[in-house]
Amino acid sequence: MAEPKNNVIRLDELDMGFAEAVAKAGGEKINLCIQCGTCTASCPSGRRTAFRTRQLIRRALLGLREEVLSDKDLWLCTTCYACLERCPRGVDPTDVILALRTMAAKAGHMLDRHKMVSGFVIKYGHAVPINEENRKLRVSLGLSEVPPTTHKSKKALNEVQEITKKTGFAKLVCFEWK
Amino acid sequence: MQYALFLGCVIPNRYPGIELAMRNVAPTLGIELKDMEGASCCPAPGVFKSFHQPTWLALAARNLIIAETLGTNIVTLCNGCYGSLKEANEILKMDSSKRDEVNKILRDLNKEFKGAIDVKHFVEVVYSEIGTEKLRGLVKKPLNLNVAIQYGCHLLKPTKYRKVESTERPKFLDELVEVLGSRSVPYRDKMMCCGAGGGVKASNPDVSLDMAKEKLENMRDAGAECIVSPCAFCHLQFDRGQVDIRNKLGVDFNIPVLHYVQFLGLALGFAPDKLGLYSNAIPVDSVLKKLEAPIVA
Repeated sequence: MAEPKNNVIRLDELDMGFAEAVAKAGGEKINLCIQCGTCTASCPSGRRTAFRTRQLIRRALLGLREEVLSDKDLWLCTTCYACLERCPRGVDPTDVILALRTMAAKAGHMLDRHKMVSGFVIKYGHAVPINEENRKLRVSLGLSEVPPTTHKSKKALNEVQEITKKTGFAKLVCFEWK
Repeated sequence: MQYALFLGCVIPNRYPGIELAMRNVAPTLGIELKDMEGASCCPAPGVFKSFHQPTWLALAARNLIIAETLGTNIVTLCNGCYGSLKEANEILKMDSSKRDEVNKILRDLNKEFKGAIDVKHFVEVVYSEIGTEKLRGLVKKPLNLNVAIQYGCHLLKPTKYRKVESTERPKFLDELVEVLGSRSVPYRDKMMCCGAGGGVKASNPDVSLDMAKEKLENMRDAGAECIVSPCAFCHLQFDRGQVDIRNKLGVDFNIPVLHYVQFLGLALGFAPDKLGLYSNAIPVDSVLKKLEAPIVA
């Protein structure tokens, strides 16, 4: 996680309702954090990067909204849930991270690669769609050329697309309907 | 025993060999598989839950409803699919406001989540519905191998939606591997993540690969002759990841990676081509060669 922009945190720059908003978005127990650091110690991502779960939660609790939501390190969590299982206060840090990510996505901080993967689900129904190489491989293995999924059924794919329209997901990920 | 087979994305579209193995192995275990026609991505838990949770829940519900219509429990071969479908199913069964919200979205598609089925992982079915004793009797070809087991995170965690013996030192998969004649080798940080989940493989491929590399080093140092995982995404991460590590970092591990259903298939006497074993990025020749050699002692 990047160093704070300056060492002085001004009260009037804090979003005092931020922790409450995180709680509402799915990180219900963020306020229980006692900053023990078990999360950071358990994190396989933090082991090799500057990502610090404890620090992320502290900043969120302080109300450093923009700093937290725009931080690219927020996307280094693999959702392995080691911190969630070990947290002695039951903060469920992974759920806090997921909540922060949905808020970041809403605030326009979604990464391009993630928009692309989301687009695949809208376009094909699969985050990892079939390709030429695997069509051939399937046939050589004696399987149907495409699996019996949205790849085989236009109606099924339409249903997936309808859902993503209705929930606002397609708009969120800037999907271009052609 | 009837199950609706949830394929997901990685299996049918990148490792169809795992699908083939499942279609061949399941009948031997007394499992009749039904296809879930029109199913989509689960959708990937760490990814879509990170973007928009109502969409994650609604798309998962749509998949669950396909199995409800078939009147059959779901079986998955990927921890990601298991995580999404299992959690979504539990949430929708327990939380009536979320269920109403999802059903409102699905109403125009003439669909309704009823909460009529359960979601199971293949290894869960093998362990609790077939059992190691019965499995022992089905083994035709004991697999004399040192195996590094990768449980994968979403098979076990978060425990609020699953009942597992332990997330730090689980034993059931070790038992399922050892009953086939192999040794599960202990290795450093065995329970660590493969590095692929949470959208990290897509957004931060180098960090993701570095995690896989750390695990591969630990597996190699423990003398693993192959890796066995019940998760298609861990499988992809370790199999194709070894090629990426070779190309990007010049480190060669050359450890064959088998999905548990493929590994089980070998022990049940299936030929490697019936298990799709020749379509891995890292050839499995060393494993097959060792199995052909007469066991000395």
